[in-house]
Amino acid sequence: MRCWYFSEMAYHPAWEEGLKRGSLRVILPNRHLDPQIAHGLLNRYLDEFALCDEVGLDIMVNEHHSTATCMTVSVPMALAIIARETKRARLLSLGTPIANRPDPVRVAEEMAWLDVLSGGRLEMGLVKGAAYEIAPANSNPANLMRRYWEAHDLILKALSTHDGPFNWEGEFFHYRNVNIWPRPIQQPTPPVWMTGLSPDSGRMAAERGHVIGTLLSGAVAGPMFDAYRKRAQELGWTPGPDRFAYAVVAGVGTTREEGYRRADQIADYVRTAPVVAEPFTNPPGYASVAANVAMLKAGGGRGFVRDRHGNPIDHRTATVEQFIDSGTCVAGTPDDVFAQIKDLNERLGGFGHLLVFGQGGFLDHQDTVANITLFGREVLPRLHELNPQAKAAAAE
Amino acid sequence: MGKIMSVVGADLEIEERGQGRPLLFLHAGEGLMPERPWFDLLARRYRVLAPWHPGWGNSPLLDPVATVDDLAYFYLDLAAALGLEEAVLVGACFGGWVAAEMMVRSTARFSCLVLVAPLGIKLRGREERDIADMHALPRAEYLKLAWADPAKGEIDFTKLSDGELAAIVRGREAFALYGWKPYMHNPRLKRWLHRIDRPTLLLWGAEDRIVTPAYGEGWRQAIPGARLEIITAAGHFPHWEQPEAFVERLAAFADMHGRR
Repeated sequence: MRCWYFSEMAYHPAWEEGLKRGSLRVILPNRHLDPQIAHGLLNRYLDEFALCDEVGLDIMVNEHHSTATCMTVSVPMALAIIARETKRARLLSLGTPIANRPDPVRVAEEMAWLDVLSGGRLEMGLVKGAAYEIAPANSNPANLMRRYWEAHDLILKALSTHDGPFNWEGEFFHYRNVNIWPRPIQQPTPPVWMTGLSPDSGRMAAERGHVIGTLLSGAVAGPMFDAYRKRAQELGWTPGPDRFAYAVVAGVGTTREEGYRRADQIADYVRTAPVVAEPFTNPPGYASVAANVAMLKAGGGRGFVRDRHGNPIDHRTATVEQFIDSGTCVAGTPDDVFAQIKDLNERLGGFGHLLVFGQGGFLDHQDTVANITLFGREVLPRLHELNPQAKAAAAE
Repeated sequence: MGKIMSVVGADLEIEERGQGRPLLFLHAGEGLMPERPWFDLLARRYRVLAPWHPGWGNSPLLDPVATVDDLAYFYLDLAAALGLEEAVLVGACFGGWVAAEMMVRSTARFSCLVLVAPLGIKLRGREERDIADMHALPRAEYLKLAWADPAKGEIDFTKLSDGELAAIVRGREAFALYGWKPYMHNPRLKRWLHRIDRPTLLLWGAEDRIVTPAYGEGWRQAIPGARLEIITAAGHFPHWEQPEAFVERLAAFADMHGRR
């Protein structure tokens, strides 16, 4: 099992204001961000990413927009710095919200550039993006996935075509001379990742053999992974664990109390991330007709964190114990954390990638360094044994 | 449910009631709502033909990337297929935008045009909103802008069937498809409104805060000879909120501009 550390590089000093206003995203004015404090935080977070390289962890970066929960606005920008500060870690972009990007060829160029810069260490997530990313990007939610697939196909073709230029006149994107320089080291493309929550996403990823990742709720991941395996079988292949990625909040300590305290602080992400002004949570067309019918019938939205029996839990007030039960958190001593990951891995049928939310919210630098170091030195070596066949990079 | 007819190879659900002079009604972004009183009141005077726009009700999208331009041509084809002559064209809200797009292309089958609080054009500067951002408002706030009496606009979704809910959800998706960006307007439309060479009435709810009567004044100035009339105690949907006044104003105008 490979473990990918990530942090959303939050601007937590504005969280209280965001909670008061009922939205940490879209409508929280940026006057609540002090650029000097942000300067310190961004540099600190990048130091923490760099530390992962020393302790054996791989690295993941994601992006969000117009939010106090995540200051990373561009995965390639962050990964470009991290690529220079690391030598060994694989670098996962998870990812670029390609249906919200006006220029897929630019995305292909940036990914190729990162792959070249990092010596072929890039893993390339092409993601749908969260519902509340629609407003900052002002992209049309009604045909989001159709645009996603056209951008996806164009990006993969741009990365893997070496006798160009080629022509592209699609429904959404138009180019007459696609011929990116540089081209990536990894051929035909860096490994492709997708994210999802539904069995449909699992099936679509299986049809292309991509890695599928989900986060923070085992009850959601199970059916999606199962749908992937079933679809792959129908298509005549058996996916190894390296096709599946699962994200957890992770708090490790020298004592159980210390690990729980760290997890509790990082879990504030889960308690704040879904706090979004209502109109931006479900733009028309983003979710399926069936999901929307269910929401209207229920008279509101659905909680995304569920316990192991599939029952929603209140993410705003849940304790670390509840989050452990829901598969959202792993916490405690290295022994505790290993046992919890082992259990999750068994419940979900085996995943080869663990995305480790190892810093979040108010967890300070000292605690973050300790958390990363303990995870990398005390937990990670034991995880390699869980899925020996997933040791190889997704690329191989 | 209306009947399904085929228009240039596409299925279309269309409600037809009443007799006499044909009136093609193009519905609002919120949908047709033929169960509200406006429809029967109008059908007492006209043969009302009211399609569910492609994407709403049981009308499938023309294709997944269709635009308002496509709707304009599609409805001109519908008017031809129905053999309409000297018809009244009425469009409300989003339907008003579509009706205007039709009329800048061809007015041949219609003797007059009634636009009820139409969306569709940009009047003011780039940092000013002519059309309220309906998709950035909680439902309760939206109702306050769209209705003089917001209570009249409330819908208890938990009481509707799965089929009815699915139709509403598809309609919301279609509304976004056609109008997300640029938001609910065509930046090129205003320039061509001079081509509407038929008598035009703009009907506006005095309390409309989705598009205000001042926006209606902009429309009036852009269409040669157009009249703007205000309906009191109505918001963005005067045909739903004040159906009698709506039909009275519409009929007084259309009957004055009858068969040429």
